[in-house]
Parts: sequence; structure tokens; C-alpha cells
Amino acid sequence: MEEISNLFQGFATVLQPFNIMVMIVGIVLGVIIGVLPGLGGANGVAILLPLTFSMSPTSAIIMLSCIYWGALFGGAITSILFNIPGEPWSVATTFDGHPMAQQGKAGEALTAAFTSSFVGALFAVIMITLVAPLVAAFALRFGPAEKFGVYFLAFCSFVGMSKEPPFKTVAAMMIGFALAAVGLDQMTGQLRLTFGFTPLLTGFDFLIAVIGLFGIGEILLTMEEGLQFKGRSAVINPTVVFQTWKELPRYWVTSLRSCVIGCWMGVTPAGATPASFMSYGIAKRMSKRGNNFGNGEIEGVIAPETAAHAAGTSALLPMLALGVPGSPTAAVLLGGLLIWGLQPGPTLFIDNKDFVWGLIASMYLGNIVGLLIVLTCVPIFAAILRIPFSIIAPIILVYCAIGAYSVHNSNFDVVMMMVFGVLGYFLKKCNYPLAPLVLAIVLGDRAEESFRQSLLASQGSLSIFWSNWLVGTIMALGLIALFWSAIQTTWTRLRAMVTA
Amino acid sequence: MTRPIHTLSFGAAFALGTALALTSAVPTQAAWEPTRPVEFIIPAGPGGGADIMARTIQGIVTKHNLMKQPMVVINKAGGAGGEGFLDIKASAGNPHKIIITLSNLFTTPLATGIPFNWKDLTPVAMLALDEFCLWVHAETPYKSAKEYIDAAKKANGTFKMAGTGSKQEDQIITEAIQKITGAKFIYIPERGGGAVAVQLVGKHVDSTVNNPNEAISQWKGGTLRPLCVFDSKQMPYKEVIAEGKSWGDIPTCKSQGLDIEYLMLRGIFMTPGATKDQVDYYIGVFKKVRETEEWKKLMADGAFNQTFMTGADYTKWVATEEKRHEELMRAAGFLAKQ
Repeated sequence: MEEISNLFQGFATVLQPFNIMVMIVGIVLGVIIGVLPGLGGANGVAILLPLTFSMSPTSAIIMLSCIYWGALFGGAITSILFNIPGEPWSVATTFDGHPMAQQGKAGEALTAAFTSSFVGALFAVIMITLVAPLVAAFALRFGPAEKFGVYFLAFCSFVGMSKEPPFKTVAAMMIGFALAAVGLDQMTGQLRLTFGFTPLLTGFDFLIAVIGLFGIGEILLTMEEGLQFKGRSAVINPTVVFQTWKELPRYWVTSLRSCVIGCWMGVTPAGATPASFMSYGIAKRMSKRGNNFGNGEIEGVIAPETAAHAAGTSALLPMLALGVPGSPTAAVLLGGLLIWGLQPGPTLFIDNKDFVWGLIASMYLGNIVGLLIVLTCVPIFAAILRIPFSIIAPIILVYCAIGAYSVHNSNFDVVMMMVFGVLGYFLKKCNYPLAPLVLAIVLGDRAEESFRQSLLASQGSLSIFWSNWLVGTIMALGLIALFWSAIQTTWTRLRAMVTA
Repeated sequence: MTRPIHTLSFGAAFALGTALALTSAVPTQAAWEPTRPVEFIIPAGPGGGADIMARTIQGIVTKHNLMKQPMVVINKAGGAGGEGFLDIKASAGNPHKIIITLSNLFTTPLATGIPFNWKDLTPVAMLALDEFCLWVHAETPYKSAKEYIDAAKKANGTFKMAGTGSKQEDQIITEAIQKITGAKFIYIPERGGGAVAVQLVGKHVDSTVNNPNEAISQWKGGTLRPLCVFDSKQMPYKEVIAEGKSWGDIPTCKSQGLDIEYLMLRGIFMTPGATKDQVDYYIGVFKKVRETEEWKKLMADGAFNQTFMTGADYTKWVATEEKRHEELMRAAGFLAKQ
């Protein structure tokens, strides 16, 4: 096993004292970046990139990848505590994580989230260690049609599993698509739906929408309900971590499934966000307690977090092996590689062995160190909810405003955030689900792009979505997911008829 | 590792403050220097050619201590870079903001009609010009641009060309190829040069017009093959890359019957109303950047054309290029409707 001996050499590199220090600094910075909405992993890595120029490439990539792991961990914290996703991929974590916090189970939710993140990342790293070249080649099979298939599957599994009336889900999703269409049309290079108003040139940034819809919307609702957090009863319990750990092995099927979904989505450059949504949707459909999802089910935290981390980690694989970044953060890391004088791509594994295996070894150790750091802080994070609402609400508001501002350094975005907050409040009051809307804003323009690219290539023929087994299978899965409830009812009726 | 850098910049700021206090008492005018961190705007997303160049410059400036104030790199990619250009335009009189440009300096306002023109900005320097090559998959039989174009003609408009963005440089070159040869391509816009190269590696398209540094790793890896370069002469780089060939061995497209020349500007502009002292300061910094080993390596890896221009020469070059882009885009029907 040449891989194993290479890996051990990598461990030897990473375990030098300087590299361990770099690792801890990276994780802590990453968690801070993940907690701040707006300052996403990609921006954080980009801002901190210059710090690494004076290091050796191996130390530098350890630092940057640890920032990345830290950001992946940190994204979950504000999602669970305040319903404000720090990162796009932690949106799905809010669905059950925040209700858990409201029921005084913030510690459990955080522990579950962190542990699942770790499991997902570990699974992906093991996959990278063992089958890197094989998986990398698979990613190449994904052209526009296949990419659209993946997005289609994500949307369908969401509509199909929704417990709200399907029409409300579809309506919310369509608002999301409309918002995603604003700005520059990638396919024609023309501005759309901006009505000559220049600030709309960049479209509605997903993060602004999410900070408004979830964060501000939540504050408005809480204000109406009597100015207090329901999570106030949370007791600080240092043993909460171990108690939660006892429960977790019960959900191994969900974990494993989410790992596979995550790795697949990470490698096929769809990324961590659709992975987390899809994994949540499928878990809801498959779980025995699926009907209770959205009311604080621990499985609803495990599924998206595991998948997001598996995807976030495996997204680095195509970057290393093909020079194709699987996520925006990976794209910044790619820029870093070039600055350090390394050429990503098929030759990296041969020309710069030390570097590649040092990085892979740092993925193992970085995640372990990260898990230890965030878990020790769980009781402290959970204690934040004990602060009275009248003190914390203004802080959250300011924090949301800073987050929204920092996305594009623009005041207009802060105004947009407030508008989205009001929209979120009304949608919640009318029982429209916010999740499909957000999903459509995140993936809408990407899905549209691959759809139109496919049709350009096929000269308008829809048959391109059935043109090979890969895209055909994905599309078929999507359709099954979309009509799942109908299929299920028909099946039960048929069975009843046969037995009768 | 952060500590030394921070103490250094604090020390520098303090020294500068003292220096300013002293000079204000003395009537002689000292040359301008930044008094705050300098924002370096990239009107493109992370990971692309402009981004890599800007971040390399930032690294060089930091490592060799070329500026007393830190340089902060910010991506403003929205609206095909329009976000970044409008930001610089709106920051008139702020000498602590510079922008690196690519061809979207011309193409974005022409295609979208946003209220911006390069004349709104203050030109600083041309750092280099980026080359374009015609690439095909290494497993295809085409050994020359001529063979490939002949095959494309026979295929009757079913060959696919992927490129970055819509109505930007890659599509302009594609249009020019169609006009000159009569071959028809289906143009498929992608988000960035990296994604374009991967579509070709995965054989989802037939060719691309990637910049050298966007496809070099795939060429090295034996999956892509360059057919010709869209320049008037062959590139000067002799280091062997793959198949025993160097960038310098790639023939010009002109020699293959494709009489097209296209180079993309990698240049620096400042906010409107910058003074000569301020422009000269940045020119001085970039001259020092160009002398470093890191810069030379970036140039060689990306096979850049290393033309450097400042002042009236640069302004004249930009004006000519704008006119050329307007003509090319008018011919292709890419101009925004007024």
C-alpha cells in the first residue's frame, strides 16, 4: 500500500510543532469566520491568504485548510442558536437545530452538529486517501446536462418531501427563482429585471436574503411572541457532550447515507449547500420520525451537517486532482497553490507528493483538533441563550447588519436585508415554507445556467437529459422524488386492492 | 506569523505620521504616499486569471515590503465586473483604491449599457498582456488549427466552443473565427476559465480559447493540446511543458490561415481625479513588483506577453482597444440596445 506509507510521511510532516500551532490558529480563525454571517469561508480564506506567503507551502496549506474546517464547524453555531446561518450550507441545519435550541436543547444540537461534521469530513478524507484518482475521473463525466440533473434532483426531493401543501412549497420556490433571476444573465451577458437600477446589477446575494429571511424574520416573530427566547431554560451542563454521544450511534444509517450524498455532491462540483438540503430532504423521507422533522429532531441536524462536511471536504479532491475547484473556498485555495508555485492538476500527485500527503494528513488531524476545540466550547455557546432577549436582540440586529454589509461593502445590502426580514416575517405568518425559497435563490441561477447550456449544446432538444445512463438515472431519481407521495399512495391502494 | 507583520505596519504608520507632521511644517512638497491601507479591487471572481495576478502582486508587495501600508485585495465580480468598475467610479478623489482590469473594462459597459467608461478612471500602467490559444482534446486527431477548422466546417455547425462569460473576449474571438473561416460553432458560456478547461477535458465541448495559464496543467497532464496562439508572433518562452514542446513552439493562428490577433489587457487603473504624484507612486510600486523573481515566474508560467506601458502610451493603447472592441462587438451584434 503505497498510499498508506505516503500518508504516514504526511503525518510526520504535520506533527512538527510549528505545523500543529499553525493548525490550531487556523481552526480558531476559521470558527470565527464561520460564525460571522457574510464573511464566508471563501472571503475568510482570501483575506487570510497573505498571512501564509512567508510560510512553506505545506504549512500554508495546513493553515488555510484548517481555516476552511473551522469555517465549516463555525457555520452551525449561529444557525442553531439564533436561526442565522453563518454559511450557505448551514441553512438546512436551522430547520431542526433552532427548534432544538428553543426547547432548551442547544447543547445537544451543537454536539450533534459538530460530531456529525466530523464524521462526514472523516468519511470524505478516507475516501480521498483510498480512491482519489478514480473519483476524480468520475467528476469529469459531469457536463451541463448532468449538473442540471443534480440540481433538478435537489429541487424535486425538496418538493416531494415537504410536509407543507405542495402548492405553497412550489410558490415559495418560484419566488426564489424570480429573485435568483435578477442581475446579469450569464448566458447572454445582458442585465435582467434591474429596471435600470444599478445596485441591482449584482442580483440578490443569497447571504443577504438568508440573513434577512431567517435572522431578522426570527427577531420580528420573537418580539411579537413576548420578547423572550424560548431557549432560556437551557441549563449549562458540561456533560451534555457525552450524553448526546450515547444517543448518536442510533442514527448510523442516516449518517452513512448523508456521508455518501455529501461525497457525491462534493466531487461533482455541486457543492456543500445542495448536499445539505438533499440529505435533509431524504432523511426526512426515510426516517421513522420524519413527520416530526422541523420541530427539533436530532436526526434533522445530523443529516445536513454530515453531508455538508463530507461535501466540503471532498470538494478539495477535484481541485487537487484536476485543478477544478468544487466550491468557492476551494477556488481561493487553488489561487493559493498557484502563488506558492504549485501547479494543481493531474501532475500534482506526482510532482509534489510531500505537499499533497501533508495536506491529506492535515485533513485528518485538523478535523480532530477542530472537533476538540469546538466541543469544549459547547456549554459556553449554549449559555449565550441565557442572556435576556432585550439585550441580545439589538446585538443580533447589529451583527446581521454588519454581516450583510460585509458581503459587498454596500449599504444598499443592509436595506435589502431589512426588506427580506419583513418578507420572511409575513411568509412565516402565512405558513409559507422559507426553505424552498432559499434553496431556489442559492441554486436557481446555477440550475438555469446548466439547463440553458445543455439546450444550447443539444440545439434545443430536451432529449439531452436522457442521453446517457448517468444523466438519465439522475433525472429519473428526481422525478421519483417529485412524485413520491403520489407513488406511495397508489402503491398502498394497489396493495389493498390485491389483498381485497 | 501575524505578529511581525502587524507591528511592522503599526511602526510604519507611526513613522509616516511623524514624517507627515514634519513635512507639513516645511513648505517643500514631498512625493505622495498612501496613508491608509490600499484597496485592490478585482472585477472578477476568485480563482480566475485577474484574481491570481492581483493576489500574486499582493503577496510580492507584502513579502518584499514594497508599500508602507498594507494592500487589501477585494473581489467585486457582480454584473461581469460592473460592480467593481462602478465602485471605483464612485470613489472619485480616493487615492487608496486601485483596480486591475481585464477585457471586461470594455465589454461589460458595451454589452450591458451600465453607466461606465474607462475614461471615468485614471490609467496607471499596463502590467502585461494575456495570450489566447486554441485548444482541443489531446485524444482528437487534429494536429493543426487548419485541420480542426476543416473538420468544424464539415460538421455543419455542431462543433461546440466553450468560453468564459457571454459577449466577452472568448465569444468575441469565436465570432472572429466564424467570420474569417465560415465554420460555425455553438458557443457555450461558462463561469470561468477553469470550468471551461474542464468541460473540454470531459469532452463536453470540442474546443476552447483558454488563456495559457488556464489550461497549462491539463496540457502537462496530457489531456489538452494547443493548436495555435492568437498573436502576431510566437511566444518567447522556451521551457519545455509537455510532449517535448514549449509555449514558444506553438504556431501563430495567422500562419494557419486564421488571421486573428487578440491579447487581453492586465492593467491597473485608479479612481477618477487622481493626481500625477499619486499615479507615479503606484507606477513606482509596480515597477518594483516587475523586478521580483515571483513576478517573473508568474509571467513564464502563464506565458504572458510582458509589454509594460504607462502615461500617454498606455492611455492611447486603451483608447485604440476600446474602439477595436466596439467594432468587433458591433459586427457580432453584441452591443447593448440604447
